[in-house]
Amino acid sequence: MISFLGKRAVASAVSLIGLIVLVFFLSRLTGDPTNLYLPVDASLESRARFREINGLDDPLIVQFFRYAGDIIRLDFGVSVRRGEPAIDAVLRAFEWTLWLAVITMTLVTAAAILVGALAAFRVGGVFDRIATFFSLIGASAPDFWIAIVAIVVFSVTFGWVPTSGTGTVMHWILPVAVLFIRPFGLILQVVRGSMISTLSSAYVKTARAKGVKNRPIIFVHALRNAMLPVITVIGDQAAALLNGAVVVETIFGFPGVGKLMIDSILQRDFTVVLAAIFVTAVAIFLMNILIDILYAVLDPRIRY
Amino acid sequence: MAAPLLEIRDLSVDFHTAQGNLHAVRNVSWHLDRGETLAILGESGSGKSVSASAIMNLIDCPPGRIASGEILFEGRDLLKMSGEERRRINGKRIAMIFQDPLSHLNPVYTVGFQIAEMMTAHGLPKAEARARTLELLERVGIPDFRTRIDAYPHQFSGGQRQRLMIAMALALKPDILIADEPTTALDVTVQAQILALLEELQNETGMGLLLITHDLGVVAEVADRVVVMNSGQIVETGSAAEVYRSPHHPYTKKLIAAVPGTGAMADPLKTGVEVLLDVKGFSKHYGDFVALDGATLSVLSGETVAIVGESGSGKSTLARALLRLTEPTSGEACFGGRDLVTIPPKELFALRREIQMVFQDPSQSLNPRMTVFEIVAEAFAIHPEILPRAQWKDRVCELLEQVGLDASHMRRYPHQFSGGQRQRIAIARALALQPKLIICDEAVSALDVSIQAQVIALLRSLQDALGLSYLFIAHDLPLVRDFAHRVVVMQGGRIVEQGPVARIFDAPREAYTRNLIAASLSPDPEIQAARRAGRRLHAEAGR
Repeated sequence: MISFLGKRAVASAVSLIGLIVLVFFLSRLTGDPTNLYLPVDASLESRARFREINGLDDPLIVQFFRYAGDIIRLDFGVSVRRGEPAIDAVLRAFEWTLWLAVITMTLVTAAAILVGALAAFRVGGVFDRIATFFSLIGASAPDFWIAIVAIVVFSVTFGWVPTSGTGTVMHWILPVAVLFIRPFGLILQVVRGSMISTLSSAYVKTARAKGVKNRPIIFVHALRNAMLPVITVIGDQAAALLNGAVVVETIFGFPGVGKLMIDSILQRDFTVVLAAIFVTAVAIFLMNILIDILYAVLDPRIRY
Repeated sequence: MAAPLLEIRDLSVDFHTAQGNLHAVRNVSWHLDRGETLAILGESGSGKSVSASAIMNLIDCPPGRIASGEILFEGRDLLKMSGEERRRINGKRIAMIFQDPLSHLNPVYTVGFQIAEMMTAHGLPKAEARARTLELLERVGIPDFRTRIDAYPHQFSGGQRQRLMIAMALALKPDILIADEPTTALDVTVQAQILALLEELQNETGMGLLLITHDLGVVAEVADRVVVMNSGQIVETGSAAEVYRSPHHPYTKKLIAAVPGTGAMADPLKTGVEVLLDVKGFSKHYGDFVALDGATLSVLSGETVAIVGESGSGKSTLARALLRLTEPTSGEACFGGRDLVTIPPKELFALRREIQMVFQDPSQSLNPRMTVFEIVAEAFAIHPEILPRAQWKDRVCELLEQVGLDASHMRRYPHQFSGGQRQRIAIARALALQPKLIICDEAVSALDVSIQAQVIALLRSLQDALGLSYLFIAHDLPLVRDFAHRVVVMQGGRIVEQGPVARIFDAPREAYTRNLIAASLSPDPEIQAARRAGRRLHAEAGR
């Protein structure tokens, strides 16, 4: 297990380096930050001074190695727009995103497993049909549309919850609810499919022959075996949320890492973009390790 | 006369399928008494398992439907009880074990949990259940049971897993044990141990044993009475000895006649025949594990050489290494004068034409998305020098007729055929390349006895007509006895003995071979009774 974690860490570090190289050079392709930061009529002298202060007049390769050296010390530099260390802005935003992702995925996982397992128990029954119907709608409805409709209905018309921003528990309800719908529909379908096959397996037949009650047959015997493909999809969906739910965060004015990234890209605030990519990449790497550990916990045949 | 412990009356079960209503069993009646062993004998599709599934409430409705009948357990009709009442009977009063214990044990829970669950599901406290689990594990002969109680099913051998299933089934001392093909997936020596264990436990507890099997040998070994089923109906009932000695129904007669191991053994081939395959010092190592250790054997032109041994003895590794499906670690294998191991890849490709393989399970080795024509003709597409495209169709017709299928079958897909027909397709595919040697890896093991006999007859006639050689890998000794010219016995990756078939079966030199032959069951109940008596005497003398 330890050697497995070590190997995974090395492999992830290599891809992280590749990612940093790619992002640094690609982001410079969008143009010289000087033109964006300074007014159109700024003098050549002030442009030169700006470049000098921010190290933008060095060759690109020098800028890259300076940047890489800084990253090793976990120094991502100062945000040109915000005048604070980029990593501070990113971590602040990431905390919001992390909470959003954790709350949403916890609710999604619990609900999808419960509903999916029960739907699979009586395939084609009333409960199964209703669950499948709504999950398909959920999995296919575009979230920006749902977000806007939700604001119109629940904030504007009824005035139950605030339209955007943060501050109270009420502010979380709409973003979480909107982010909930699509992964719920998707994971429910995976749980249902996976449970249908485990419920018809030979060991479930054995359990029935033993006189085990229906509830433990579903939730003890079939569910744990059905969880492996489900966890893969949960990890996938959680990674999407950790990357920042760009559309939903923007619509709800939620100060998460997705909104921060979009804003920074538009402002060519490279230090923040790079720091944000670094932080989310590390988070996703850690989550994948967690998922690998979960596989081994759930299935004793998987050992690293 | 007191009512029997369990009685099935006039049971009919239908399954609703896309092709319409299928009558799985029709008007089946039988009964089982305390302390008695009843065998239900039948081939695949005979409906022999359906009545047991009905007893255990394991038939899914829909698609299943119990059309008529009663299942009386101690005089009460199970079919009229509520689901909860039946759950209380399952496991506690009537328990069941299955054919393939690996898939019937839950892979993600410890065996201790699963055995204890049998008791906790029926109200026993956890601690008590665990203590009883330890007792049971010891009783069924699991070594190191105190630590192994927390191991998982995949960490046990096939025979041990079936012991675990038995421990689980007998945890609450049920009145009836239903065993559905309990030894079919096991080696003969392990089969003998499991059957002996079942008999002992039956003597201890006085339970009624319902044994579902396709194997006349198993019936002869354990059954008091036997019910013979064919296409959903009972064709014959009687004591095991009666049914074997004087079967009335033509189907029973056919079944008994098809049992291998009674015909004349083949003489060795005459000297001076060309050696087709000459294997010397063939080995395969996986890390430190030696799967195949210095195998040396030869196959003559037109000869059938059988390789027998238990699972894990290296039979299949030998076959795979010969075809270079896995690279041998050392050794040489001369085929027609060229060494298969050192031959350059291009020549190996050409040579593969001459060695073909037929696998155990034709439902897995044939691509379900290809028609029979595509399956057979694919060989010509891979080796285009054999036949111009214009003649493919004629040749496929010819091959299908050669293996006893109809030429019109070539537009169909594998799932539209029965198991035996599928194996014929696999043979036609192998023949397409006009091979000199066909390696049959348990090629008839998955087939019913009567179908087995047909496929063996086909292989034999093809050998006579085309001069083929076979390397026939099998665990079924009676079959080998009837079919092979020479026999190679393997154990733990090594060849322990080889020689002409008559020599191996009549005068085996190695103890391992003798055990193997002794463990294989005769279909004759009297012979088995005599053997059992002999063993008991031997055991008592040993004490």
